[in-house]
Amino acid sequence: MKLAKKDILGIKDLSVEEINLILDTAESFVEISTREIKKVPTLRGKTVINLFFEASTRTRTSFEIAGKRLSADTINISASTSSVVKGETLVDTARNLEAMNPDIIVIRHSAAGAPHLLARMIRQSVINAGDGFHEHPTQALLDMMTIRNKKGGFGGLKVAICGDIAHSRVARSNIYGLKKMGAKVAVAGPATMMPRDMDKMGVEVHYHLEEAITDADIVMMLRIQTERQNQSIFPSLREYSSYFSLNKRNIGLAKKDVIVMHPGPVNRGVELSPDIADGPYSVILDQVTNGVAVRMALLYLVTGGES
Amino acid sequence: MAIEQKKVVMDADGIDRSLTRIAYEILEKNKGVENLVLIGIRTGGVYLANRIQKKIAIIEKVNVPTGILDITFYRDDLARARKKPHPEKTDIPFGLEGRKVVLIDDVLFTGRTIRAAMDALIDFGRPKLIQLAVLIDRGHRELPIRADFVGKNLPSSRDEQVSVSLTEKKGQDEVVIERSF
Repeated sequence: MKLAKKDILGIKDLSVEEINLILDTAESFVEISTREIKKVPTLRGKTVINLFFEASTRTRTSFEIAGKRLSADTINISASTSSVVKGETLVDTARNLEAMNPDIIVIRHSAAGAPHLLARMIRQSVINAGDGFHEHPTQALLDMMTIRNKKGGFGGLKVAICGDIAHSRVARSNIYGLKKMGAKVAVAGPATMMPRDMDKMGVEVHYHLEEAITDADIVMMLRIQTERQNQSIFPSLREYSSYFSLNKRNIGLAKKDVIVMHPGPVNRGVELSPDIADGPYSVILDQVTNGVAVRMALLYLVTGGES
Repeated sequence: MAIEQKKVVMDADGIDRSLTRIAYEILEKNKGVENLVLIGIRTGGVYLANRIQKKIAIIEKVNVPTGILDITFYRDDLARARKKPHPEKTDIPFGLEGRKVVLIDDVLFTGRTIRAAMDALIDFGRPKLIQLAVLIDRGHRELPIRADFVGKNLPSSRDEQVSVSLTEKKGQDEVVIERSF
C-alpha cells in the first residue's frame, strides 16, 4: 500500500485505507522519540519548510521536531518575519521557495484553500497544517491515533465534539475522519457557533453540552477563541463556561471509561475545568506525543517515491 | 513460458541442528552469557533470535535479553524506492552500552541490511562488540561484511531466490532455493 497523493490537504480526500496506513506507520515512529538518541537518518538530505502565516506553537514545534528526528533540514518561516510584511503574495512567496528546491512545504494559513492553491502551483509536497475554518488534517490524524490506541478501534464509538463548531477546522477534519472510520459523532455548541447545515455532515446536532456527552466514549472539547468575545457570537466567557464547560458535575453523563481530548491550547476554567484537564480521563498530552509520530509518518510517506 | 526450479536445501532438522550449533558457538566465542544480548532483524531474524535464546536457556539456564530491530529507517535506498517500505516497530527494551551484541538474520546477501542494522544499533549506545549470526550465507557481498556464525554457506547465482520459511510465519521450517528462467 502506498499513499497515492503528493500532498496531504484534508481528511476529506483520504480513504480509510490511507488513514490506516498513516496511523500504522505512525505507530512505528513512536519508539524513536523514546530513545536516548532521538534521531534516525531516514530523511537525510531532505528539506522541510514550515510556512506559518498564523500563530502556532504546538503544531509548528511538532512538525519541526518530527522533521529533525528524521534528519531532514527544517526551516521555519513565520509571516511576521517574512517578505509577506513587505507585501509579497502567497503565490510569489511559494514560487520563490520552490526555486530553492525544498522537498516538503508545511503551510498554515488563515485563508481556507491556501494549501490547495500552493499544491497546484508547485512541484513539492504540501502538507496542510490548518487552513482557515476548513481543515486541520494532521490534528485529526493524531486524534484518531490517540482514540485507536485507547479504544482499540472506532466501530460503535460515540464521539462528542463540543464548542465553537463553526470556526473549528479541528472539528471539521475530525468529523470527516471519524465518520469514515465508523464512529458516531455528536456535536454541541451554542446556536451562534453551529453551522446551519451541520446535520448534512452526518452528525447528531445538539445545543446543550449534556445531551451530546451522554454515553459518549470520547469527549473532544474545542478551544473557545477568546478573541471572538464580544463579536456577538457569545456575550461573555463566564456565560459560555457556565453552559459549555466540561467539569466534575457533567462528566458523569459520559461512559465510565470516557477519554477527554482537547487540541490545545486549553483555556483553563473556560471550556475545561482544571480538574478535568489534569484528571484521569484526560489524554491531552498523549495527543501531543502522538502528534510528533503522525507528522513523522506523513513526512516519511510523502517524500521520495517518485518513479 | 516460465519454468521454475525449486530445491529444498535445508529441512526442519537441518535448521534445528544449525541453530543448536550456532548457540554453542556463540557461547564458546563469548565465554558464556555475561553481557550478551541477541538482536533479531525483522522479520526472519526475530524468530531465529527467539529460537537461539531458547537454546541458550537450555544450555546455560539463563534467558539472554533479546530485542527486535527494524532497519527501514536506516536503509540506503529510501530516496530511490518507488514504494515506501512499511516500517514496523523496533523493540530493544535494554541499553546496549558495553554489551556484546549478536545480530541475527536469516539470509546474508549483499550486506546492506547488516550495514543498516549496525548503524541503527550504534544509535542505541556503544556496544562492546557486534557479532553477526545468519542461517544462510549466499554470497554476493556489496560491502565489506562477514558473518561470525553461519548455519550454511550456500553458493548461489544472483538471479536465484533463497527463501527461509519458518513455522512462526505460517510455513514449514525449510530453506528453498528457486530459479526462474
